[in-house]
Amino acid sequence: MNPDSARRRWLAIATWLIGAALCAVQVYRTTFVSDLSAFLPQSPTQEQRVLLDQLRDGVVSRLILIGIEGGDAKTRATLSKETAGRLRDDPAFASVANGEAVNADRDLMFLFENRYLLSPAIDDAHFAVDGLHAAIDDTINTLVSPAGLLIKRLLPRDPTGETLRLLEQVNGGNRPNTQFGVWSSKDGARALLLAQTRAAGVDIDAQQHAMQQIELAFAAAKQTQDIGDPAIKLGMAGPGVFSVLSRDTIKDEVSRLAILSTLIIVSFLLLVYRSVTALVLGLFPVVSGALAGVAAVSLSFGNVHGLTLGFGTTLIGESIDYSIYLFVQSRRAGDSGASDNWVARFWPTIRLGVLTSVVGFSTLLLSSFPGLAQLGLFTIAGLITAAAVTRFVLPQLLPEGFAVRDVTAIGERLAALSRHAAKLRWPVVLLFVLAAVALVGCRATMWNPELAALSPVPAADRARDASLRADLGAPDSRYMIVVSSSDQETALQSSERIAAQLQPLVSEGVLAGFETPSRYLPSVATQQARQASLPVHALPERLIQAVDGLPVRAELFAPFLADVAATKARPPLQRADLANTSFALALDSLLTQRGSRWNAILPLAAPVKAGVPTEIPVAAVRRALAAAGQSNALFVDLKAESDNLYGGYLHEAVLLSMGGLIGIIVLLLAVLRSPLRVMRVVLPLLGAVMLIAAVLVACGHSLTILHLVGLLLIVAVGSNYALFFNPERSVDPDAQTMDGISPRTLASLVFANLTTVAGFGLLGISHVPVLQAIGVTVGPGAVLALLLSAIFARSAPGEAT
Amino acid sequence: MNATAVSVLTRALAAMAVSVLLSVAALPSRAADWSIDQLMRSLAEIKSGRATFIETKHIAMLDRPLVSTGILTFVAPDRLEKVTVNPEAESMRVDGDTLVIKRKKQSMSLQLSDHPEVAGIVDSVRGTLLGDRDTLERLYTLRLKGSSELWTLDLIPKDSRMAAVISAIRVTGYNGNVASIATTQADGDRSVMVVDRITTR
Repeated sequence: MNPDSARRRWLAIATWLIGAALCAVQVYRTTFVSDLSAFLPQSPTQEQRVLLDQLRDGVVSRLILIGIEGGDAKTRATLSKETAGRLRDDPAFASVANGEAVNADRDLMFLFENRYLLSPAIDDAHFAVDGLHAAIDDTINTLVSPAGLLIKRLLPRDPTGETLRLLEQVNGGNRPNTQFGVWSSKDGARALLLAQTRAAGVDIDAQQHAMQQIELAFAAAKQTQDIGDPAIKLGMAGPGVFSVLSRDTIKDEVSRLAILSTLIIVSFLLLVYRSVTALVLGLFPVVSGALAGVAAVSLSFGNVHGLTLGFGTTLIGESIDYSIYLFVQSRRAGDSGASDNWVARFWPTIRLGVLTSVVGFSTLLLSSFPGLAQLGLFTIAGLITAAAVTRFVLPQLLPEGFAVRDVTAIGERLAALSRHAAKLRWPVVLLFVLAAVALVGCRATMWNPELAALSPVPAADRARDASLRADLGAPDSRYMIVVSSSDQETALQSSERIAAQLQPLVSEGVLAGFETPSRYLPSVATQQARQASLPVHALPERLIQAVDGLPVRAELFAPFLADVAATKARPPLQRADLANTSFALALDSLLTQRGSRWNAILPLAAPVKAGVPTEIPVAAVRRALAAAGQSNALFVDLKAESDNLYGGYLHEAVLLSMGGLIGIIVLLLAVLRSPLRVMRVVLPLLGAVMLIAAVLVACGHSLTILHLVGLLLIVAVGSNYALFFNPERSVDPDAQTMDGISPRTLASLVFANLTTVAGFGLLGISHVPVLQAIGVTVGPGAVLALLLSAIFARSAPGEAT
Repeated sequence: MNATAVSVLTRALAAMAVSVLLSVAALPSRAADWSIDQLMRSLAEIKSGRATFIETKHIAMLDRPLVSTGILTFVAPDRLEKVTVNPEAESMRVDGDTLVIKRKKQSMSLQLSDHPEVAGIVDSVRGTLLGDRDTLERLYTLRLKGSSELWTLDLIPKDSRMAAVISAIRVTGYNGNVASIATTQADGDRSVMVVDRITTR
């Protein structure tokens, strides 16, 4: 070996080893994550951003919805009470609600003791003689109804009926049904509980601990009550639960996919090469590519998502192709000059294939989903590295006289088959037409309109979450007003002003109702205004005049005078005063602190006609908001937002896929310089795309954004094989069959294709929708690309361009 | 008088005493023919109906009694509706365990199981109008007096929370109809509801 080539050799190997070491160090320092945020789109609007924040850190993210099913209603109720009792003692939970009135007494006490600060009726007119007369008269009339029983003993202290007014305000909303004293679903088949964890939803470990505590409490409850029936089960849902489930799923998936794909590919290659050395050498590009991919993602994104690793199986399948080409196509790879020969003859085609793949995967890189962007970068970095290692390093590592077994025999058989392939042309064209017709026909129902289809949470769990929420009568959380302020007091004042404008809408029937945090904790300004309107000195005189004509004597209300005087002098209510009442949970879900900002949420309830919620006229609400003069308030219609969002992403996916396709065609044109040849390469690929789409739709799958991406990848990946069927010139002196493809080359194509299909195909059996969609399109698509390229390749052997 | 006459006389006296005793003993047993069983069955015969009511409440704190009138509607198995017309419009509706009160556009809902005092009053009206023996026996001790033409049923609350507020409820009626329901509360306040003209729908 001359000194020049020796130097080249050591340079190549040294560069490779150093590069690999650097990547390995980066991988060691990488943080691996598996939460849902990578698959939540970057929110384009302010509205969505606020709410996605809520979902991650807010009180909403801490709620665990629990359903007990099986057995009879009484047993479920007993278990619900027992489980809830145990969980209330557990420090992991801030509150556990199951419909039992554990706080009823405390709630009533809270409302009663703070009635003059809380009641919206407190103003100057209320304590004028007329106002007092009307209020006391009203209260006396209430004594007639059963509700009056609750407040009768309060009459001397609360003649104007503030307590009852407050009770009506907080009890007026939607409640879940109850059976045997605990919440139950509408059909009565489930007992319901709502637990709030102390830890934030984003702390997956703490959420997992909370879930375990719930399971343990339930099991202990069953044991204590001597209920052995295994049919009585507990199910959980909620954002924290989803995070834990996805993390477990992703972890399982990644290890499963990695092991399976490695096994399959290794055994396949051993079968083909019949040489362990060849196998080990062939894996060097793969490992280098994987290291480079993980390092690149880690450097660019700061972390690596578990699903990116799961996608690594495809990388293994694709990057092994290059070493297959090298070993199989060159006759005796170890011979000096043999690899140079290979490089001269086959490398241009392979390089073009790498470039088309890079263009294809770069469409993922540009997507709005951070998770997809990671997949794109991972694959691009991995493929380029694997190809480079195969081209520059591997030939230098091959020992003298290295050769894999001669696969010419297999190649001959394949060549014989492919000679008959041309006969299938017209039947295949007919298939294309049928597929096109089918797709055009199903145009309307083809696409899956659910953004949720992209979530890694399995459909069954999402369905359970939806039904638990519906049963708990969670107010229709479609419409809400969100106010962002710099402190709690401003947020409360803003919500009071908005509430004042929303109240007339409720009276008109435009809204069925609304919630506001100021109902449970009025702003300090409002509380002080109410205190100011309490007429301590004038009150005894006015009271005597007010009871004129009523069946009561003013002396009865001496305690009332004392209470009013006490309220006037006391400090305002604060959040801490609500502790241990049900109102604490209500307030915490409506008023949240995020960093230095305070957010108040006012959910709006739409009027219900015949059991179905109708739509709220957006214009009326916006007018009310404008009248309130709160520039920091946003009106959000979640359904409209997510419909728009989905439409936007679909639009983006279509644009990116079109852009990718055009990019690939432009690249091919630039390199092959013949539109005719480009067409011959691309048409079979487009045909494969159409057939796969038609088959998916025919099988009842509805296509999502990821299927669209997968279809583009068929073109990108399939072009690697299609290019070999349309070489620039007949480069292979052993060419006997069409287009100068020698049997050995054909064999190498088939092997490479099979490993790629194995890599993508394994994704197709994943439980994670993101991975499954891509796997199920690209796996069969790659095979079809190879077959169709073979069928439509030029038939005359050795024909020059 | 000879010995025979004395013994005949004694025997006649004894027979008379026995028959008097028997007839006296027969009186309560004739009244006991009208049992709680029969009462409940005749009450339950009417599955749904409407009645007008006049309710008078005597509350110690107030100087004079409160009078209200309106319409009661009941439907088996567990629905009761009380619409007050005078002095102020109000509607109260119970379905199973849920009580919904509507006054002046404000609506409030309660669970009876959370508020035993309210349950005590509501169930006494609903239970007797519908002849719901199980609920009545679960919540109260029942004592029946009188005959089918005019009976009096006393309900004494069993639950301690209920008994702390309500002392006793007295229901009177004839055959399968309820005529009046009088509630005495622990603090001495009383309420009497006179029910009239039950029509079956």
